Amino acid sequence: MERDDLIVNDSYSINARHSEEDGVKIRKKLYMVTAILTLVTVFEIFMGVYFKRNGTFTWETIKLLFIVLTLVKAAYIVLIFMHLGDERKNLKYVVLLPYALFILYLIFIGLYEGLSVQHLNNTFR
Amino acid sequence: MAGQAQAVSKDQLWGGGQSPFGISYGKMMMWYFLVSDALTFGGLLTAYGVIRHGSSDLWPVGEQVFEALPGLHGSYPLIYVALMTFILIISSVTMVLAVEAGHRMDKKGVIKWMGYTVVGGFIFLGSQAWEWSHFIHGSGGGFQVSSPITVSAMDDHNQPITMELTGGTWVHMTSDLGHAYEHALEHGDHIEVSNGKLIITPAVHETHGEHGHDAHADAHAAPAVQEFPLEIVLNKYTLDHKDGKDLRKLMVTGAEAEKIMNDMASNTLVFGANLQKNEYAVQQQYANFFFFITGFHGFHVMQGVIINLIIFLMAVRGVFERRGHYEMVEKVGLFWHFVDLVWVFVFTFYYLV
Repeated sequence: MERDDLIVNDSYSINARHSEEDGVKIRKKLYMVTAILTLVTVFEIFMGVYFKRNGTFTWETIKLLFIVLTLVKAAYIVLIFMHLGDERKNLKYVVLLPYALFILYLIFIGLYEGLSVQHLNNTFR
Repeated sequence: MAGQAQAVSKDQLWGGGQSPFGISYGKMMMWYFLVSDALTFGGLLTAYGVIRHGSSDLWPVGEQVFEALPGLHGSYPLIYVALMTFILIISSVTMVLAVEAGHRMDKKGVIKWMGYTVVGGFIFLGSQAWEWSHFIHGSGGGFQVSSPITVSAMDDHNQPITMELTGGTWVHMTSDLGHAYEHALEHGDHIEVSNGKLIITPAVHETHGEHGHDAHADAHAAPAVQEFPLEIVLNKYTLDHKDGKDLRKLMVTGAEAEKIMNDMASNTLVFGANLQKNEYAVQQQYANFFFFITGFHGFHVMQGVIINLIIFLMAVRGVFERRGHYEMVEKVGLFWHFVDLVWVFVFTFYYLV
């Protein structure tokens, strides 16, 4: 098994280098991501302004779509701009898993609690 | 080969000089910090969700609250926030281009892109300052009606609709009327409501001193009386439903508006927002979360701009050139992208959804 965790190894981040040719490719990818992020934001604004909020199924679907698109944008920012996609698997998990666990639980318990408070308000106020 | 353990000496295993994640200590700690900071913002946005889910009153609609553009009259829902989002995304791109240039040891490229990033950060901070000042100043103010009344209004398709307002219902003035009202109150002018108009008679300020200036006194002798047509908006920031119809921004004018003005409950008039009261929502938490979430994010942006500026100056002085690597740019880049990341979520959950 080859040791890849020694600091003499070239994969250590301080020694991260790339050539001019690679730079051209990387920049192309970055501009692509910029275009995607911009288009998604424009799309979100368009949907937010065009579709009026009401209790209908359409609006609820759009709301879900907004959350999905936000996660898509977040994924592009974290994986491409912050280079987490290029990091080792163990770092990815150390960063993403604890966060996902905590925040999903927090969101679940928070919104559940909030709805319960609203129910109490509506019932007894 | 998998499963075949290579004999590694203890010195090599425990003697340091290893990097389990393949990244430097500084970068790893930046990641750990960002995870904890992300939990803070996640907690704030979740708290916002808890309050919003727990509220039995109508929650303000982002596109109806945030629809102003600097120096323009009219309704531009969410355009300003979209602009701010775009500015932050672009400054994130210039940041990642600075990191890329650093990987090629391109000093000029790093300086150029870091410079743009700092400029973008300042533009964002300026935008946020304007948004805060607009939010605090308000868009006309509102008040509660004291006793139940029935008025006829125009809905957003110019169709007449009869609205029954219960006591304590919040109603709002249009920005022209509200600002005139607010300034009249500030100046201590005489305010009168009649004939469907708000009539403001400027207060006569007594000239101080024994010998008042004659010309000055004359100017005050006949103060110009100003008149504003009464325009009251129902559901200005919220959205209600009745008989399958969406009720938002219902205009009440003329004699009907006069009825509402005369029904104003005492001490309920609010202009803009602060930490005690706000014109946008029945729930004070709405304004408080605006100040805290966007304020905490703006504070992060400010720190980011300062750190970026320092790294920019270090790059200009050739510190990283001598050091042999531009990893510092990468580390502040992580923080800067994180700030952008947070804004993406604030944008969705505070303004859009």
